[in-house]
Amino acid sequence: MTELLEQKEMKVIVFQLMEKEYAIAVDVVQSIEKSLSITRVPKTPPYVKGVINLRGVVTPIVSLRERFGLESKEIDDSTRIIIVTLEEFDVGLIVDAANDVLDISLDAIEAQPEVVGTVESEFISGIAKVDKRLLVMLNLDKVLQPVKRVTTDEL
Amino acid sequence: MDTNQYLEMFIDESKEHLQSCNEHLLELEKNPEDLAIVNEIFRSAHTLKGMSATMGYEDIADLTHKMENVLDAIRNAKIRVTTEILDVVFQAADYLEEMVMDIADGGTGKKDVRELVESLNRIEAGESAVAAPAAEVAATVVEEVSTNLHFDDFEKTVIAQSFEQGFQAFEIAVQLREDCLLKAVRVFMVFEVLEKSGEIIKSEPSVEQLENENFDEQFSVALITKDDAETLKAKIMKVSEVDNVIVAPIQVDALHTTNGANEVEEEDVVAPPMPVIAKKEPAAQKGKRSAAAQSGSKTIRVNIERLDVLMNLFEELVIDRGRLQSIASELHNPELNETVERMTRVSGDLQNIILNMRMIPVETVFNRFPKMVRQLARELDKKINLEIVGAETELDRTVIDEIGDPLVHLIRNALDHGVESPAERLAKGKPEEGTVTLRAYHSGNHVFIELEDDGAGVNRERVLAKAIANGLVMEEAAEAMTDRQVAELILASGFSTAEKISDVSGRGVGLDVVKNTIESLGGYISIDSTEGQGSLFQVQLPLTLSIISVMLVELDREVYAVPLSSIIETAIIQTSDILNAHNQKVIDFRGNIVPLVYLKEIFEMDVEENASDGFQSVVIVRKGEKLAGLVVDSFIGQQEIVLKSLGNYLQSVFAISGATILGNGQVALIVDCNALIK
Repeated sequence: MTELLEQKEMKVIVFQLMEKEYAIAVDVVQSIEKSLSITRVPKTPPYVKGVINLRGVVTPIVSLRERFGLESKEIDDSTRIIIVTLEEFDVGLIVDAANDVLDISLDAIEAQPEVVGTVESEFISGIAKVDKRLLVMLNLDKVLQPVKRVTTDEL
Repeated sequence: MDTNQYLEMFIDESKEHLQSCNEHLLELEKNPEDLAIVNEIFRSAHTLKGMSATMGYEDIADLTHKMENVLDAIRNAKIRVTTEILDVVFQAADYLEEMVMDIADGGTGKKDVRELVESLNRIEAGESAVAAPAAEVAATVVEEVSTNLHFDDFEKTVIAQSFEQGFQAFEIAVQLREDCLLKAVRVFMVFEVLEKSGEIIKSEPSVEQLENENFDEQFSVALITKDDAETLKAKIMKVSEVDNVIVAPIQVDALHTTNGANEVEEEDVVAPPMPVIAKKEPAAQKGKRSAAAQSGSKTIRVNIERLDVLMNLFEELVIDRGRLQSIASELHNPELNETVERMTRVSGDLQNIILNMRMIPVETVFNRFPKMVRQLARELDKKINLEIVGAETELDRTVIDEIGDPLVHLIRNALDHGVESPAERLAKGKPEEGTVTLRAYHSGNHVFIELEDDGAGVNRERVLAKAIANGLVMEEAAEAMTDRQVAELILASGFSTAEKISDVSGRGVGLDVVKNTIESLGGYISIDSTEGQGSLFQVQLPLTLSIISVMLVELDREVYAVPLSSIIETAIIQTSDILNAHNQKVIDFRGNIVPLVYLKEIFEMDVEENASDGFQSVVIVRKGEKLAGLVVDSFIGQQEIVLKSLGNYLQSVFAISGATILGNGQVALIVDCNALIK
């Protein structure tokens, strides 16, 4: 079966949140950074941790844990910021650790099951089974819907 | 052929040609007899037709083709230029612009042009139904090749004398290939050939024009020689990229008749079929040719995004420079100090150059106004002469992008409310035609754009009456106001002097929108008006929006930037001076009650009530006439910063207008004072 589908592969970056492994296509990843100094941006959703200076470009940073409604975690040595480039913007994703670069066969990706742990299932495009690992494929367009103005006028 | 790589060039050049069309059409309207202008328009249209056909945009090609036919008819005096005809041609240019813009936006450039083509056809057929479209191009060529030389008395004498000495005189018309890349070089080669055979006594166009490639594909020279016509022709045809050569003898007796040269050309005017050189694919050469035409002026087009990247990289360098400077000052190493100093100087120069590269002439905005004024004047039935001064004044791209709309609004206002109708003007003893002047110039670190009209000016009584009615001014205060203050009332929100809503300016928005836009750019607008004599609107703008002056302030170890353009002053006030009014803390600032805005609360920080030592640092900011005091922890100081956007992910964050990168590499947010004041 692998013979037939060998060319139908995709390269993914595998990273970790809590105990789970997630994957995103390598072609949207611009770089992986160790933690950088983040400037908080007020009046944004809690999962927007702020902005960083990424080689002269002001880039927003999102905590994936908080985006998925998981408990937050202090930044430590293994924390990484994965800079992804979508069509309209660049965003940095804070993850617990960046683990691997893998080639996975498209055939190994299955549609998402009805319930997948605590992560909102709309963010998931599928599940890939590679050897004994289960990788959650993310739908970044959904995860990174632009943040519209928060209208709580206090004045 | 893959035309994608030429797409950008095609769009840029099409825009240029359309702009040139528009400009010349306006000129033509003023001088309907000047055929040289028609030729200019024809040239632009012709090039556009060729380019669009090559790129496969058939609708554009069709429409330009029809436009060309009409122009050709004008050129050949088959029809006369009238306002109605120009209206249709203008409309055609409008359509073309729309189609080109559509292509620029990734569209197909298709548009239903049938109706317009019909009108063009009707105009063309107005007096002659002869010109069959297919024959048109060929006809043009024939006519151009047969352009004749006219000799003055001196030249006639020279020719006559050379005949006596056994020389012959020829008029030689050379047609270069349409895709000729280096026309000036070919001309030079032709001249070199001819000068070996005899003496050139005249050329049309002039040698200078030929050297500057200031001609189409053909030129004529008069040559005195002992060679015969066939030899000359053969020699010239050896020069590559020459399409056709016509050698005609100049006859002595013909010189004595007034239109003598006309008879010279009888023999060989029909252009023979395309000669030998058709090796390359013509379409590919078209593209290259446009590139070559561009290289004439010593400029290159650079995508603004690349300049932005350059700017970003440079800012990184500046940040590192800051670090180096502080390291050097700690180490006290003279050599290091010297190097850092040099680097600082050089990078300062570099910064200036990079900023200058982003400057473009304000012309790009002004260009669209002549046509707009023409159209508006016709709609309003007024006579307007628009004068543009200082269109070459340069501004940063970021500002240019923003000032177009406010200016459109001001011009509309001047035409609608400023300049009176011709009858009114005559009654007042003014010339029938109103003059509107659009002026741009630099002064200090600012650019000024002025719009002056010689219209009715601001009517003090009417404006005041309206302002009082709208509650903008108290009746008692009205008397004491200067004329200037009264005039500037028309910029206040909720004010419009139009008695009835007109099509032109009655779009539900007043001049307050203009004022807000300009102020949001860090600019300023003022009005000077004399009743009965006209008004002057003056807009002052910063040279660039990408670099602004700010006051850096600190809030609980976070640094924020407040644009200096909205700051009136900074103050340190005693906590005991803070008053309470309607659950709102206010201070008495020079007799004004100014509400306080606690930035820490707005920005969702912990507010420690007892932290202050009896004093508060306050930045007094304004939005129009309204004031507010921003309470901060401390002032850091004034600084020039580079404006950065937060990007598309964070869309319109409340009270934050952007970000910047500080010397230590940290991002600081810029406070949007306009959002903080209601």
